Amino acid sequence: MKALSQSRRHPLAALALLLLALLVTGGVYAFASTANEAKAQTTFSADDVEEGNKLFVANCASCHGLGASGSDAAPSLIGVGAASVDFQVGTGRMPMQMDGPQAPVKPVQFTDEQIQQMAAYVASLGAGPAIPGEEILDTSDADTSNGGELFRVNCAMCHNAAAAGGALTRGKYAPSIDGTSGKHIYEAMVTGPQNMPVFSDANITPEDKQDIIAFLDTINEQGSPGGAELGALGPVSEGLFIWVAGLGVVIAFTVWLTSRSS
Amino acid sequence: MSSSTATPAYEPKTRVGKVTNYVDSRVGGSGIVKEFGRKIFPDHWTFMFGEVALYTFVILLISGTFLTFFYDPSMAETHYEGSYLPLRGVEMSVAYASSLDISFDIRGGLFMRQVHHWSALLFVAAVAVHMLRVFFTGAFRKPREFNWVVGSVLLIMSLAAGFTGYSLPDDLLSGNGLRIIDGVMKAIPVVGTYLSFFLFGGEFPGTAVIGRLYVLHILLIPALILLLIGIHLFMVVLHKHTQFPGPGRTNTNVVGYPVGPVYAAKAGGFFFIVFGIVAAISAAFTINPIWNYGPYDPSPVSAGTQPDWYIGWVDGALRLMPGTIGNWDFEYNIPFPWGVNTLSLNVLIPALVPAAIVFTLMFAWPWIEAWVTKDKREHHLLDRPRNAPTRTGIGVAGIVFYCILWAAASSDLIATHFLVSLNDVTYWLRFLAIFGPIMGFMVARRIALALQRKDREIALHGRETGRIVRLPHGEFIEVHEPVDQYKRYTLVSFNSPEAALPQAGANGKVSATEKLRSRASRFFFEDRVAPVTPSELNASHSGHHGEIAEAQDRESIASR
Repeated sequence: MKALSQSRRHPLAALALLLLALLVTGGVYAFASTANEAKAQTTFSADDVEEGNKLFVANCASCHGLGASGSDAAPSLIGVGAASVDFQVGTGRMPMQMDGPQAPVKPVQFTDEQIQQMAAYVASLGAGPAIPGEEILDTSDADTSNGGELFRVNCAMCHNAAAAGGALTRGKYAPSIDGTSGKHIYEAMVTGPQNMPVFSDANITPEDKQDIIAFLDTINEQGSPGGAELGALGPVSEGLFIWVAGLGVVIAFTVWLTSRSS
Repeated sequence: MSSSTATPAYEPKTRVGKVTNYVDSRVGGSGIVKEFGRKIFPDHWTFMFGEVALYTFVILLISGTFLTFFYDPSMAETHYEGSYLPLRGVEMSVAYASSLDISFDIRGGLFMRQVHHWSALLFVAAVAVHMLRVFFTGAFRKPREFNWVVGSVLLIMSLAAGFTGYSLPDDLLSGNGLRIIDGVMKAIPVVGTYLSFFLFGGEFPGTAVIGRLYVLHILLIPALILLLIGIHLFMVVLHKHTQFPGPGRTNTNVVGYPVGPVYAAKAGGFFFIVFGIVAAISAAFTINPIWNYGPYDPSPVSAGTQPDWYIGWVDGALRLMPGTIGNWDFEYNIPFPWGVNTLSLNVLIPALVPAAIVFTLMFAWPWIEAWVTKDKREHHLLDRPRNAPTRTGIGVAGIVFYCILWAAASSDLIATHFLVSLNDVTYWLRFLAIFGPIMGFMVARRIALALQRKDREIALHGRETGRIVRLPHGEFIEVHEPVDQYKRYTLVSFNSPEAALPQAGANGKVSATEKLRSRASRFFFEDRVAPVTPSELNASHSGHHGEIAEAQDRESIASR
């Protein structure tokens, strides 16, 4: 102990301390992030990986490169995880229909099995978020109002308070989440597709994610309590409606009232 | 009403007659009916928007009274325990919780909320359309200038009523709207912060503002609106209603139906029609779904946050304002003896300048136009909009300006729905906010002049019938049918001022204001389609009647 305290004025002491600090923070981070991603890892068979590789080469490699290492046209997929593939391909966003600010949703191009195989292949390239399992997506004991609060604080600024979607800069946008499956919502939160940020488990815990999904399911299922919601787009659509439909009907009546029988 | 001794007192025979006479001899109702029942109102569908505004205001009073029974304007914190599940247990203000209770736990509450909000939107829209009708037809001219001003104040009052009401539910959307108002107030140099603290009773949002807005919304503003409506209608009765020109309609008479009984029945029935339309809309379409937005919290702002349509243009102007141009960020620090005050022009300019321009022009317009035309006569006959091309152009420019700023308030919706870049939408709308009104002015004025030319053509040469007749020597002519004299009257009888040269004053000199007036007059009236003169009409008639008669002769010969 004395030797340690004597050497604290050694010229290299500061360097040693810095190294130690870096090691500790890096180690803790590495542990924390693996703890984040490690659970619910579905196991894929070697056959899945093999088939997935074939599908990848045939359908994805022209942009993402052989070995999924990326190109000028598209990012590397090493370490994006199976959840990413399941979301992007499972919602029809990939293969992308055209080059643009963002990949829009379109009819799904592959069967569930093929998507699983591609996910297996991408997951085999490096550790990443896995496809959430049944127990993670189980919202039976979720807290809807907590989910609502989390949604309004974390999601509504882009996706709109009623999840109807909203605009981002330069042609990018946050899509409507009306009718999106719980699995895809969960995957979007953990992988941060397109322009969406990642909401890691440290940021929003899996339980909170379940609450958000439960909230979205509730508002989708309950419909609009007050009648047709005019797109749930806010006062502009309401104003447009009263000017066109409301005033239009009023004008029709004024014309009728002041017309003369001739 | 009179109880003169010359005529014997009326003795009613029946029971009902006795009761009626008892009341009438004390209230004088028959005199009022005699006076007002014979009041004449001209009939035209564009004259009914004022009525729509009045009726929607009555609907607002009725539905608003219902809402006050259940609404609690308190900003005290509570936890929602009502029946809307996704908000159960959420911390919120009592005001928001009571608004949710109105929506979900009070029988008919949601319907009444929607009736109140939809009729508010329709109310302001009807006021705006009514004002546009008055503007485009020149009904603001002498002697109705003051009533135009009263109407303009009514418009501003209805905006105030709308905005204070928009804020009451204390949901996220209304709180965001209040935050913008707070920001605009704070941008006013020197006194801004004090004004904001004065309104909010301290730093935004505080715990006082909802109660204060509530008092303004249910007490002060409706009382002012009622008072102004009283003055407005009194002046209408005093000045009598304007009418469109037509055969037998002059500046000194009013042609139309008396109030009693048909017109009163129509107008009274129209109230129920308007109420029915509002009720049908409220039953089928949701408005301001406050349960979506959640309780107010200063941190989140959700996508699709906009104000109601009548405040939307100010929001649009704020969205269009660039934050910086080059390195200049529109901010000054004004050095004062007591320290430095910030002048934040990128909030102040969009929030106040467009409104200042529009409202100043609106209030001053009757005097601006009277100054340009030097017209001191009374006008009880309306202009057809085409017969005042420059005024029509300026009105259209105003509409275009409003629409572009309102579009800017929904720039995000334009971007997502038409799949274009939000930035491009903003750039285009910036361009259009400045040049759109100018283009609108030019196009509308040209269209008005073209319509005048068409009118002139029809008055002189009749309507094209589309019947082509071949004359014996091979010539083809189209038969024109002369319009009847009633129609022709409206085509030829209108005022058409000419551009006036500057005139020397009493001292024999042309003053600078006179030169300015002459320039304005040239701007207004230089491009002009002169109305058809009687001599032109006679000339065309003698020529054309012959031609048509000849053609008809030929036809009868051919068909023989």
